[in-house]
Amino acid sequence: MWDYTDKVMEHFKNPKNVGEIENPDAVGEVGSIVCGDVLKLTLKINPADQTIEDAKFKTFGCASAIASSSVLTEIIKGKTIEEAARITNKEIADYLGGLPEQKMHCSVMGMEALQAAIENYYTKKGIKVFPGEQEKIICKCFNVSEKTIWKAIELNGLKTVEQVTDYTKAGGNCGQCKGEIEKILNDYWASHSQKSYYELTTVEKIKLIERVLEEEINPKLREDGGWLELIDLDGKTVKVRFLGACSTCQLASQTFKEVVEKALRAKGAPDLEIVLA
Amino acid sequence: MNKVIYFDNNATTRVSPEVKEAMDLFLTELYGNPSSIHQFGGQVKKYLDEARAKVASLLGCSPEEIIFTSCGTESDSTAIYSALGAYPEKKHIVTTSVEHPAIYNLGRYLEKQGYKVTYLKVDEDGQLDLDELEAAITPQTAIVSIMWANNETGVVLPVEKAAEITHSKGVLFHTDAVQAAGKIPINLKATQIDLLSISGHKIHAPKGVGVLYVRQGTKFVPFLRGGHQENGRRAGTENVHGIIGLGKASELALANLDKEQSYVGQLRDKLEKGLLARIPNLKINGARAQRLPNTLSVSFEFVEGESILLLLSDYGICASTGSACSSGSLEPSHVLQAMKIPFTFAHGTIRFSFSIYNTEEEVDYVLEVLPGVIKKLRDISPFSPANSAR
Repeated sequence: MWDYTDKVMEHFKNPKNVGEIENPDAVGEVGSIVCGDVLKLTLKINPADQTIEDAKFKTFGCASAIASSSVLTEIIKGKTIEEAARITNKEIADYLGGLPEQKMHCSVMGMEALQAAIENYYTKKGIKVFPGEQEKIICKCFNVSEKTIWKAIELNGLKTVEQVTDYTKAGGNCGQCKGEIEKILNDYWASHSQKSYYELTTVEKIKLIERVLEEEINPKLREDGGWLELIDLDGKTVKVRFLGACSTCQLASQTFKEVVEKALRAKGAPDLEIVLA
Repeated sequence: MNKVIYFDNNATTRVSPEVKEAMDLFLTELYGNPSSIHQFGGQVKKYLDEARAKVASLLGCSPEEIIFTSCGTESDSTAIYSALGAYPEKKHIVTTSVEHPAIYNLGRYLEKQGYKVTYLKVDEDGQLDLDELEAAITPQTAIVSIMWANNETGVVLPVEKAAEITHSKGVLFHTDAVQAAGKIPINLKATQIDLLSISGHKIHAPKGVGVLYVRQGTKFVPFLRGGHQENGRRAGTENVHGIIGLGKASELALANLDKEQSYVGQLRDKLEKGLLARIPNLKINGARAQRLPNTLSVSFEFVEGESILLLLSDYGICASTGSACSSGSLEPSHVLQAMKIPFTFAHGTIRFSFSIYNTEEEVDYVLEVLPGVIKKLRDISPFSPANSAR
């Protein structure tokens, strides 16, 4: 039993804008009946100001697929093509009050249908949207492209292969492409590696130092019943104090400075000075 | 909650009032441990033996051949691991491509542990080819496990013949009879089946109790070790009230076997014929095979199972689907795939499963409601053919 929000059930039971627009200005169809869900979106677009005057959908799929399609049409009506092009799957899911993680792919399907429709609109007008781009299919079972996976990772901050499957379906059947998905994840996060220490905000800096203390320093100290706490960060000065058993242990305070500074350097925070509060 | 129309009896069943009543004493006054030396606890053993005899009657075997377990899955795992433990040099298992996950996923796991597993194919009606079974058994085969009846489609497999073929090759034969027990006659004495699993909650006993039948003389290695319960074959304090309940449920199931064939079978047939008459573009799965009298698996073209179930749920109608849509398992079930149900149909597969507690009025209500549900979803579906819009 899925834990659907009332909003999902409302749009599933009474979907808005069901149907097909006659002589549509744009058509976007994604999914396949083999994979279990298909969304066909048709749009009526005002040529003067490029606004979406009407949107209708037909969907084959589960409750969240139907609900996602229904809210998609509600969201885009009245928007210009340019505004619509920026709509993400997250907005669709948020509009529904959230979707179960394993159903997030329904919101991605909505976004993709919209993008396919916009592409179709421009193509009809003789404008190439993604010039020369060859879609590389990663998941052959569900026909999911590298671009789709990359975009889902980017928009939703996905970290694991399972999450990519939840959001795009890629890897959900035979699983053969899981290695490739992992590589895309690694590539994405390598190219979006953490900012340097000096680009961080103050809160981010504090969080980084606290993480280093918690992960690198305190596990060892806790073995002896103590731990180190961050008191303040003032420019390059990091104020800390010993608590627990360490607060009375002379040995700890003699060597800790070097150890903590080294651990911080390893995490990209150079020339910080540790002082005892 | 509105009135519930429960057509999901292959998932679980209601506990019979008689079963509840029989268990009551063991949840109140007779709470002793049957292993105790004192009379207060020890007296419970007598009741366990009575329950064992009732289960043996249902299955047509001796009470000593019955081991009580916690569920059908435990019985299945015990059977397979017992065979692998008894014949450690044999590294091959034969089963089918339509087994319940209790066997199917165990097979998948054992493959990773270095065993070889053969999954016998089925035809479009979900039926086995016994020649394929015969060819699959090798001197390396430790056990053959073939379900008696399929949980999704109700298709009855020829396990008695399969057991004979398996025995002729000197290999152990197990059957998962969780869905068959209580619905079709079982007389183990007349078969060559060595091991058989059943589950209490599918036959109106409570959840948490199952049975493994082990033919006398069969090499057996326990799955759970510890105390001496169940003659040292299944350690762990007995689920006394569950076992008492299963005893009573077995007695009732045996008494109701005819009713299962006639009354329950008629309800199923009425729904099947009614749907065929009222809704176009549907397919009855396993239609040409022998099926359990209580199971109807029907696939509606161009619509998706979860959507159907959720709309039916609004009317209080409970059924299940063989095509749960989640990212981990977007595909139709392995059973529907093994039967090569066309994709346009497979995703819209609904299973209705009946019990003696269902009524004809309930069937009428589903026949009244379901055509509208399918029409509503087909109106939303991009695939709906014009001729099915009604």
